[in-house]
Amino acid sequence: MLSFIARRLLIAIPTVLIISFFVFSLQFLLPGDPVLAMAGEERDPETLDRLREQYGFNDPFLVQYFNWLTDALRGDLGQSLRMNQPVTALIVEKLPVTFQLAVMALIFAMAIGIPMGILSAVRKGSWLDYVANFVALSGLSIPNFWLGILLILLVSVNLGWLPASGYRPFSVDPWLSIQTMIMPAFVLGTALAAALMRHTRSAMLQVLRSDYVRTARAKGLREKVVILKHALRNALVPVVTVSALLFGELLAGAVLTEQIFTIPGFGKLVVDAVFSRDYAVVQGIVLVTSVAFILMNLLADTAYMILNPRMRDGA
Amino acid sequence: MTAAADPQAMPVRQGRVWRKLRARPAALFGTGLVTLFVLMAVLAPVLPIPGPAETSWTAVREPPSAQHWLGTDHNGRDLLSRMIWGAQASLLAGVVSVGIAVCVGVPLGVLAGWRGGWTDAAISRLTEALLAVPFLILAIAFAAFLGPSLTNAMIAIGIAATPIFIRLARGQTLAVRTEDYVESARACGVREGAILRRYILPNIAPPIIVQATLTIAMAIIAEASLSFLGLGQQPPDPSWGGMLDSARGYMEQAPWMAVWPGAGIFLVVLGFNLMGDGLRDALDPRET
Repeated sequence: MLSFIARRLLIAIPTVLIISFFVFSLQFLLPGDPVLAMAGEERDPETLDRLREQYGFNDPFLVQYFNWLTDALRGDLGQSLRMNQPVTALIVEKLPVTFQLAVMALIFAMAIGIPMGILSAVRKGSWLDYVANFVALSGLSIPNFWLGILLILLVSVNLGWLPASGYRPFSVDPWLSIQTMIMPAFVLGTALAAALMRHTRSAMLQVLRSDYVRTARAKGLREKVVILKHALRNALVPVVTVSALLFGELLAGAVLTEQIFTIPGFGKLVVDAVFSRDYAVVQGIVLVTSVAFILMNLLADTAYMILNPRMRDGA
Repeated sequence: MTAAADPQAMPVRQGRVWRKLRARPAALFGTGLVTLFVLMAVLAPVLPIPGPAETSWTAVREPPSAQHWLGTDHNGRDLLSRMIWGAQASLLAGVVSVGIAVCVGVPLGVLAGWRGGWTDAAISRLTEALLAVPFLILAIAFAAFLGPSLTNAMIAIGIAATPIFIRLARGQTLAVRTEDYVESARACGVREGAILRRYILPNIAPPIIVQATLTIAMAIIAEASLSFLGLGQQPPDPSWGGMLDSARGYMEQAPWMAVWPGAGIFLVVLGFNLMGDGLRDALDPRET
């Protein structure tokens, strides 16, 4: 097991290196001289030269990349020009907010997606199956920022049940924190619920055809026991892996959801950074999300091994 | 096309695909939705509607009426007209960005699958790295560094979608390259380029067409997201994402402003998803 994890971590190294190289190169897509953008109104040639020297823009490309990479490995992702703070500090500060949103969204997604998937697999071909499939496809097709706007319109503007925006840290006021996060988490969770439903359905269909389910039925076990104990436990294995893969979508979806509900998380940080041309923050976020995504994948593979004993020997 | 003359190289007959597609009401419904929006987008210049950027200070934020079927926005612009012209931007973005992704991704994927060895290793590592960055975040990063415009949004989405096609084309090529008809073509001394064009490409085409259809749906949402964030189509040019963004300021006074553009995105994306699912079932006999 440990050697499996070690091997996977080794494989991840080149991937992370390629991503870091790519993230670093992004800044060379910027039109014009980065120093000019940095200096703003300042056009004094001496100041520009000093800045160039200070940020190492006179060094060859690979030297610049190497310096940036070694800094990043030490946890230094540069300085946010707008907020005058280290990028790492900004990201660490916003991470818990997005994490809470993501966890609540995942809970919604699992609570809706998995039972729906089971039901439509068990009742394959029934009207329930058709409705569930159509709902899932709609969930995948609905832009989540529109769903958010509609919910605000209905729940906050017309009914006045939940606040439309405003974030309260969980540590300060847990109840209010959950209240303000319900709508955003639901919005973020819908697409995920739809994807989970489709995966659960196909995994269940496959398992329901298997020999041990037939045996369980032949033994005279009640259908409920067969489905929940024999079929579901095996069907959930691939679903776990898929959930981890959907984590990336969760992060990307959070960008829009946080924008609509004005939640001061990770996604709001990246959008604000884009508009204030705070490129070090954008680079830092792309790098951190990718590494997080790779780690999630590793976690999923490990979980898959633990849940599926047959995999253990092969690895 | 040379492939048409060679029955072995033609894995699916168009007639059969169409018959299968027709037998599925959901797929047919999706195709209908897509056709409707394509017609709207294509006919935009000749339809009897006001210009999408024509403002009117006497008709600001009017609810739907006989004169303005979908109402007007905060600048008194006709929303029906903006919806129709916005369809053009959305569909263009979907098709162009997926076009970029297919044109870059498929050759790279085929090359990786066909050559193997170092070529494959290099291309595969690159693909894995790009796939590790969440799609929308990758597109936002590109759009941020390229600068906000519809063209740059299309390029950004295209690049972000490319690894999907590299991986698919590579896997398909690996599966096809050991088939008997490829082996015998090689044994007969057919040149490499001709094998790829005549035997590999036509045989890996069906799953790529399915994926392209589904990716157009994804790209349309991505374009709307970028425009919503202000990184895509720039005002006053109409786009559904941009319309939703401006609607946020008038949720209480003019809720209809928020309803139409979102419905447009939803329906056209649903259309492409239904069509893609239908095509998958029609093209792949194993999935049914």
